[in-house]
Amino acid sequence: MSTYILRRFLQSLLVVWLLSVVVFLLMRLLPGDPVLMLITAEEFEAASEERLALLRKEFGLDQPLPVQYVRWLWGLVTRGDLGISIIQRVDVRSEIAKRLPISLHIGITALVVGGVVGVFLGIISALRRGTWLDTFVTFIANIGITAPSFWLAILFIYIFGLRLRWLPIFGYTSPFEDFWMSLRQSVMPVVVLATLPMAALARQARSSMLEVLRQDYIRTARAKGVIERQVISRHALKNALIPVVTIAGLLLNFVIGGTVVIETVFNIPGLGRLAVDSVVAKDYPVVQGFALLTGISTTMITLMVDLMYGFLDPRIRYG
Amino acid sequence: MARVAEWTAVVRPARGVVSARVRRVLFSRPLVVFGLVVVGMFLASALFAPLLAPYDPYAQDLRNVLQRPTAEHWLGTDALGRDVLSRLIYGARTSLIVAVGAVLMGGAAGVILGLIAGFVGGRIGVFIMRCMDALMAMPPLVFTLVITSLLGAGVRNVMVALAVAFIPGYTRLTFGQTLSVKENEYVIAARALGASTSRIMFRHILPNCLSPLIVQASLSLGGAMLIEGSLSFLGVGIKPPTPAWGSMVLEGYRFLTSFPILSLAPGLALMIVVFAFNMVGDGVRDALDPRLRGVV
Repeated sequence: MSTYILRRFLQSLLVVWLLSVVVFLLMRLLPGDPVLMLITAEEFEAASEERLALLRKEFGLDQPLPVQYVRWLWGLVTRGDLGISIIQRVDVRSEIAKRLPISLHIGITALVVGGVVGVFLGIISALRRGTWLDTFVTFIANIGITAPSFWLAILFIYIFGLRLRWLPIFGYTSPFEDFWMSLRQSVMPVVVLATLPMAALARQARSSMLEVLRQDYIRTARAKGVIERQVISRHALKNALIPVVTIAGLLLNFVIGGTVVIETVFNIPGLGRLAVDSVVAKDYPVVQGFALLTGISTTMITLMVDLMYGFLDPRIRYG
Repeated sequence: MARVAEWTAVVRPARGVVSARVRRVLFSRPLVVFGLVVVGMFLASALFAPLLAPYDPYAQDLRNVLQRPTAEHWLGTDALGRDVLSRLIYGARTSLIVAVGAVLMGGAAGVILGLIAGFVGGRIGVFIMRCMDALMAMPPLVFTLVITSLLGAGVRNVMVALAVAFIPGYTRLTFGQTLSVKENEYVIAARALGASTSRIMFRHILPNCLSPLIVQASLSLGGAMLIEGSLSFLGVGIKPPTPAWGSMVLEGYRFLTSFPILSLAPGLALMIVVFAFNMVGDGVRDALDPRLRGVV
């Protein structure tokens, strides 16, 4: 078991390292002078050739690519140095650190809401298989998987914000500042972001519950007279939830991707919004930092899910 | 070679059985039939857009801006007086071109890498697969967003970005299939007969990996359209004046209070078409091989 954990961990490290190479190369393959990553276009125009050469030397841009990569990686690992934003002229790391809590607030709330509602719906519809409720849940789940989140967001804004005037249509307030306002502002973003995880988990929970209910140990439990509620809660549920956990890790990826859209529509100053703004403004150091951060966090999440699998299901043995 | 053919025949079910199942699964389930109908309509509007669209999707008519739906303009006109229905029909064409191009390019590259990783294996195989892990580490929307930031907006660049994002999925799928297929006797037989590596890969292994690849392709068409729509909505995908559903939603967003149809109609079209593609993909999967449930 411990050798498996170690091997999986080293594998993930390798993936993260490859990711850093990919991200570094992508940014260096850009058309244009990398000095532009350090100064603005106006400064670039105004600067003399000597000044540019000095800058290149100062930042090691005159060195061969592998040397540049090692320096970049060293700065990243030892100081968490992600460079300076071209547009904002601020440290990319501190900009990300400032916005991360906002995205986490919306993203994690959405995942929890989507997870609880989705699993609940999936299990109910498996237990009531073939009824109108089952048909309804399956239909909603199918819609939820395919609905474009930007469109869903606009539909919600139109109905609940503009027509009914129940909820504010954009903005973000920290829950520590004004809890009530924060709650009202985050309802729509959270619900829209939670739609996909909810739908996917409902489908997964339904099919794995149906699978478990067919097993011999369920029949045994019923045969020895265990009451139905206990058969479900004690015997079926635990086993049905194992495959649900794997897909939950995957969904976290989608939530990270989803925040990009949601934060833009609802004008929430989180990481996703930062990424879109930076892509539009061609602020490459920020895009680079964002790409690295999402890549590393998803790799670590996948690793954790893989390891959790073994604890949840003792039948799974690692060689 | 006659021997090889016999062995292959044992592995595959008889042709009649498969086509009967294909017909039964594809044409008896209401949702799959609905999907087929919608996909058919979508393909028709994409292919015959010039014949179907009542107006030129680029033609501005500044005297008739922001019209509500009328007999002349069934879905009204946008802020530049362009006919919304015509732009919607031409938008189907943009969607289709991007999705098909991305799936073909990404699929081809992924299949070749997967075949090499699975059949040749060794260090090259490990290297390919770890690189794919690294590419997969980013959510597809984030990955395509990063690539379009480098390439710039536009139909061709979005297509390339999506293709790159699709490569790892196809590589993994082909890799897994290749590992199981290459243990079959007919592959060993082909090798014993002196077939070259590339001949074995493309003639013997690839045809036997096809069903899951076809299913994956039909499912990723919908995914491609969804991501393209999101990128265009964010303003980094396909830019106006080219008609694309995502950017139409963005353009119409400003007039949401008074003219909600401008934003809601193209988004609804996208949702229905993606839903239809997924239903057809599920149907194709169950028709070709029900065991693929959960694999693809």
